[in-house]
Amino acid sequence: MTLSPQTTQAIRNAADSHGGAKAAMLEALKLVQAAEGYVSDAHLAEAAAKLGVSTAEIDSLATFYSHIFRSPVGETVILLCDGLSCYLCGGDAVRDAVMQKLGIGFGETTPDGKFTLINVCCIGGCDVAPAALVGPDRKLVGPLSADDLTQLIGGGR
Amino acid sequence: MLDDKDRIFRNLYGQGDWGLDGARRRGSWDGTKAIIEKGRDWIINEMKTSGLRGRGGAGFPTGMKWSFMPKESTDGRPSYLVVNADESEPGTCKDREIMRHDPHLLVEGCLLAGFAMGAKVCYIYVRGEFIREREHLQAAVDQAYEAKLIGQDNVHGWPFELYVTHGAGAYICGEETALLESLEGKKGQPRLKPPFPANVGLYGCPTTVNNVESIAVAPDILRRGAAWFSSIGRPNNVGTKLFGISGHVNTPCVVEEAMGIPFRELIEKHGGGIRGGWDNLLAIIPGGASCPLIPAADCGELIMDFDGTRAVKSSLGTAGVIVMDKSTDVVAAIARISYFFKHESCGQCTPCREGTGWMWRVLSRMVEGRAHKREIDMLLEVTKQVEGHTICALGDAAAWPIQGLIRAFRPEIERRIDDFSRRATLDDQGILDPAHMAAAE
Repeated sequence: MTLSPQTTQAIRNAADSHGGAKAAMLEALKLVQAAEGYVSDAHLAEAAAKLGVSTAEIDSLATFYSHIFRSPVGETVILLCDGLSCYLCGGDAVRDAVMQKLGIGFGETTPDGKFTLINVCCIGGCDVAPAALVGPDRKLVGPLSADDLTQLIGGGR
Repeated sequence: MLDDKDRIFRNLYGQGDWGLDGARRRGSWDGTKAIIEKGRDWIINEMKTSGLRGRGGAGFPTGMKWSFMPKESTDGRPSYLVVNADESEPGTCKDREIMRHDPHLLVEGCLLAGFAMGAKVCYIYVRGEFIREREHLQAAVDQAYEAKLIGQDNVHGWPFELYVTHGAGAYICGEETALLESLEGKKGQPRLKPPFPANVGLYGCPTTVNNVESIAVAPDILRRGAAWFSSIGRPNNVGTKLFGISGHVNTPCVVEEAMGIPFRELIEKHGGGIRGGWDNLLAIIPGGASCPLIPAADCGELIMDFDGTRAVKSSLGTAGVIVMDKSTDVVAAIARISYFFKHESCGQCTPCREGTGWMWRVLSRMVEGRAHKREIDMLLEVTKQVEGHTICALGDAAAWPIQGLIRAFRPEIERRIDDFSRRATLDDQGILDPAHMAAAE
C-alpha cells in the first residue's frame, strides 16, 4: 500500500511551508500517522523519498518522539499517566486493573485491535489524578478508579 | 490571600466563555493599542519594574530577558518570539488551564511581547498530548486574526503572525533549545549555550522563549501597572501565581494565589487540607518532579515563593505542589521520578544518559533495602557527578530529587537496608525456609 495522493501532496506542501525537506520531516511523520494510523517501514521509506532525505534520518526522528507510532496501534489509544501524582493517588491499581481487563501490557494492542495501552509521563492531569488521555482527540479522563474502568475503555467490555 | 480584584486568570475554571467575546468581557484586548503606542522601551521597562520572574521554573526576570533582544536587526535576521507550551513537568497542570479556558490572555500577551522585542512572528509550541488545548488556542488565534487584532494588517499597527505548532511526545522539548530544535523539525536535543537564543535561536535568528504563564500575565501587568503587580507578594517574589495542588490532599486543584502564600494556608484553603489531617503530612515536592522534596518538619513555616522554597534547599519550580502523606513509600516515589528522568534523557551527554539509568537502578534496589549502606554515599556522589556536567538542566533535574531524598530520609533508607540484611541473614540460617517454618508452627 502506497501513501494516498493527498498525503503525498501534503508532505510536499509541508516541505514548502516549513522551509525545506529536513524541517518538514516531523510534520511528514505526523501526516503519515494521521492518514494511516501508524508509520510502517514502507511508508517511512516513501515519505523519505518524497522529501529527498535518507530513511535512516527520518527514522531517527520517528523513534525519538514517542507519539510517532512505528508499529500498528488499536482503534483507541489509551495514554495512561504514570507520573508521581497519579502514582500517589492509586495509579498502579488502575494500571493493573486495565491490564488485566484488556489482557495486555504497556505498548501492546488487544488481539481484536480495539485498544492500545501506552504509559506516558505526566499529562498535566495532576488535579484529577490518576488520569489518562483516551482516543484520537486525547480526551483527559480522571480521577480513574480501579473498580470502574468505564472512563478508560467504555462500557462495552 | 489573593483578592478577587487582583486575579489575572478570571476564567481559570472555564465557568465563562473562553472565546473572544468572553475574553473581551473579562478585559482582554482592552486598550492594547494604547499600550503599543507607549513604545517598546516603555513596555520592557514596565515589565522589568513589575518584578515578574519567569513562570516556567527557573524564575529568570522576564523583563530582563526581553531586553536581551536586539533593538533592531543590523544584519537582516528577523527576531522570533517562541512560547513554551510543552508543559510536561510531573505535577504541573497550570498552562493547560490557561490554553483551555482563557487562551486570549496568551494571544494578547504574544502580540505585546512580540512588539516589545521586535518580533513579527511568534510560534507557540504545544505538547503533542494536548489536543483539546491546541484546538482552543488555535480557535482563539483564528478569532484574533478574524477581528484583525493580529495578522499583517491589524488594528494595532504591528504586523504580527502567530503560529500554533505541536510536538510529538518528548519531555526534553520543554528545554528551550531542544524546543527550538524540535520547531525546526529535528530531534529535540538541547544545544550548547552560548550562543544564547537571544543571539542565535530559531533558524539562527534572535529568539526569546517564554513560558505560557509569563506571557499570559503580561497584558494585565501592562494595563494595571507594574506597581500593582509588584505590590502583591514579597520583594523579589512578586505577583500572582498559578499553583497546582495534587497528591494526598482532599481536593486537588489549580488555583491562582499571591506569591508568598504560606504553604499551610495554600493547602488548607484550596487543597482541602492534607488527607488525614496536617499531622499526617510526610513531605512535599513544591514545584514539579525536579525539585528536591521538603520534609514535613520544614513545611509548617514554609513560604511558597522563590526565596521561601530556596531557604529549605528546594525550589519553587513550576509551583506544581505534590503532597505526600505518611502512607507514601517515599523511596519508591523518588525512584518513580528517577525512572521518569531515565526514560526522558535525550541521550546526548554521557553523565545524564548513563547516570540517570544508574541512579534509578540503585534507587530501585534501595526501595526494598537490597543495598549496602556505603552505596548511599556512592549514589550521592553520582548525583554530584551528573549535576552541572550536562548540556541542559535535565541532568540536574534528575540529580536533585535524589539529593533531597538522601538529605531528608537517609535513616529510612538505612532502616530498609538493615531490615533486608536481617532477613537475608535469617534466610542463610534456614530460618525462613518454608519447611523449617512449617515445623516451627
